[in-house]
Amino acid sequence: MDSKAHPPAETSTKSITGAEIVIRCLNEEKVKFVFGYPGGAVLHIYDAIYKQNGFKHILVRHEQAAVHAADAFSRATGEVGVALVTSGPGATNAVTGIATAYMDSIPLVVISGQVPVPAIGMDAFQEVDMVGVTRPCVKHNFLVKDVKDIASTIKKAFYIAKTGRPGPVVVDIPKDITAHIADFIYPKTVEMRSYSPVLKGHSGQIKKAVKLLLEAKRPMIYTGGGLVLGDGAEELIKLARALNYPVTNTLMGLGGYPATDKQYVGMLGMHGTYEANMSMQNCDVLIAVGARFDDRVIGNPNHFGSVKRTIIHIDVDPSSISKRVKVDVPIVGHVQSVLAEMNEILAQEKAKNDISDWWKQINEWRLVHGGRYEQSSTVIKPQYVIEKLWEVTKGDAYVTSDVGQHQMWAAQYYKFDKPRRWINSGGLGTMGVGLPYAMGCQFADRNAQVACVTGEGSIQMNIQELSTCAQYHLPIKVILLNNRYLGMVRQWQEFFYEDRYSESYMDSLPDFVKLAESYGHVGMQITQPSDVEGALKEAFAKKDKFVFMDFITEQKENVFPMVENGKGLSEMELPKVKGVKQ
Amino acid sequence: MKHIISLLMENEAGALSRVAGLFSARGYNIESLTVAATEDPTLSRMTIVTTGSDDVIEQIIKQLNKLIDVVKVLDLNDGKHIERELMLVKVKASGVYKDEMKRMCDIFRGRIIDVADNSYTIELTGSCSKLDAFIEAIDKTAILETVRTGASGIGRGDRILKV
Repeated sequence: MDSKAHPPAETSTKSITGAEIVIRCLNEEKVKFVFGYPGGAVLHIYDAIYKQNGFKHILVRHEQAAVHAADAFSRATGEVGVALVTSGPGATNAVTGIATAYMDSIPLVVISGQVPVPAIGMDAFQEVDMVGVTRPCVKHNFLVKDVKDIASTIKKAFYIAKTGRPGPVVVDIPKDITAHIADFIYPKTVEMRSYSPVLKGHSGQIKKAVKLLLEAKRPMIYTGGGLVLGDGAEELIKLARALNYPVTNTLMGLGGYPATDKQYVGMLGMHGTYEANMSMQNCDVLIAVGARFDDRVIGNPNHFGSVKRTIIHIDVDPSSISKRVKVDVPIVGHVQSVLAEMNEILAQEKAKNDISDWWKQINEWRLVHGGRYEQSSTVIKPQYVIEKLWEVTKGDAYVTSDVGQHQMWAAQYYKFDKPRRWINSGGLGTMGVGLPYAMGCQFADRNAQVACVTGEGSIQMNIQELSTCAQYHLPIKVILLNNRYLGMVRQWQEFFYEDRYSESYMDSLPDFVKLAESYGHVGMQITQPSDVEGALKEAFAKKDKFVFMDFITEQKENVFPMVENGKGLSEMELPKVKGVKQ
Repeated sequence: MKHIISLLMENEAGALSRVAGLFSARGYNIESLTVAATEDPTLSRMTIVTTGSDDVIEQIIKQLNKLIDVVKVLDLNDGKHIERELMLVKVKASGVYKDEMKRMCDIFRGRIIDVADNSYTIELTGSCSKLDAFIEAIDKTAILETVRTGASGIGRGDRILKV
């Protein structure tokens, strides 16, 4: 048993089962955690897991949470996340998690069980065509039909997941294959004639980009999730500081540039800061780094295109370039290496580009204070909770969120200074990710402060994971901004449907304090603004306890600024609050 | 504008559905799609006829290249190329139609490959527009059945799509 647990250096072993081969492959990939849930089709694999200790298996309460947790583990660490589910319902439960990771380009390997090969297509018990179901939401997927192919397929799966533009890869393994016997040979390298991602950017294009940047009068640096995933933050900081240009991050890119830095103008987009959106709209040279001009980021593309500007776009995925917005200088390559090359060229450049007029303009936009909210002494403002969360955690927590108003407030008011600290579902917008994301982060760093900012709607979409958190003693802090509404739905109904709050009220909520306590967690309910800070301090002082904090907040607070659907980026609605210049 | 896209891909189960799925998922048009293994049985050659603006065609090429099983993609419209499609048309061949169909078949350089009591089956090869022209030229009411393969395309001269 011991010799299996610690595989020898050479990657060849005689005659083991397919299930054991799966385990050995994961060991070869130095996988630390596998998030999963057992079932019929993966019983052989679970038996092999029982006999090994190369990685730790985390038993979730629902397969969707397994994939989300693996996804968050990857976002927090940069490693490939791994999930294991059974066939049929196990596999379909995993699909939301896979689609979530796909939309945000997160490297995952999801292993799903399948019915035995002879039963495929026979409408067997717990059979679903997993390769067919997941095809539109994976980077690639495989059905393994021969035990001899398991090792090379898993090797390819990891390689595809983490190289180029990352993404989830599904490996579907029929049950009988995991019982068959084969020699274990783990390939050292992968050669695929059909897949060779471009890494190094075109030098000519890079030189051209630097020249354009140095000639800009109103430059803007716009970075997205690709900068975080490509570990390019350090190089970007170097570039931005050398140029003294303004930087904005997308929702997915938060932490890619330190939010407390003076060159940072905040997040842009539908709920971006006034200054970020105005700078983006009015700049004359825009450099986009690992960002994709998403519909929530630039608003109406025709309005955005009505201003003449030169666009430089660095992205590892050629299909992201000129997809929604025409680009003048495309640079296909790994963001880190392209930025490093730009920095080398800049280092030899003596001339400084003075853009003080542009900064003067940006600073005027800052004075509009588009992000202000009205403080209250009687009811808790959700924004205030996030501001205090940032203070109490000293800006150093992993913050996960679900989807909705609380997500926007967390993005706006928690100042992320480091990449891989803000973990949310930006692309798919999956409610229910918050708690499993927090689990993934806590496994990534057992000593870190992990806060799950959520709403009473979202948290109930994966509330069962409170049990997993109890089993593994995860000291997560849930920050529930409880407004008894599906807040973002309600806000849109207020703005666009004349206050007809159709099905957006959350009735019959549980007593979250008692619910948390029933799992052995600490529950707290906070109703007074004056108690917010104290409660947060008390909760984070409980370093080894899971604390569920139910903040009863203002019911009808809205997220501002807001760029309405179809409107231009500079056509923002600002809060009607004292101190905001309309 | 109409484009003919040629691609080489791994000849593996499910490869065709990845391409077809991409077109439906992203709302691209497919006018025709043909696929078969090449002289190297590990590779399939596919010809897709599609329409779209230059931007859409650029995205189609990029998205096809992004599919892991796709080895090479070529927009044949970027240079000189040849396209051929095969059509089988079963037409009425009784009474007045008998001679007319034979004559039209000759004009279009087709071949009658099956003769029955009341019908001919005509085989016709050419560009898609030539086949369209044949359909236009004969009496519609005489057509009993048509089967078209969709276009296959190849570059002229030195334009070679190979691994």
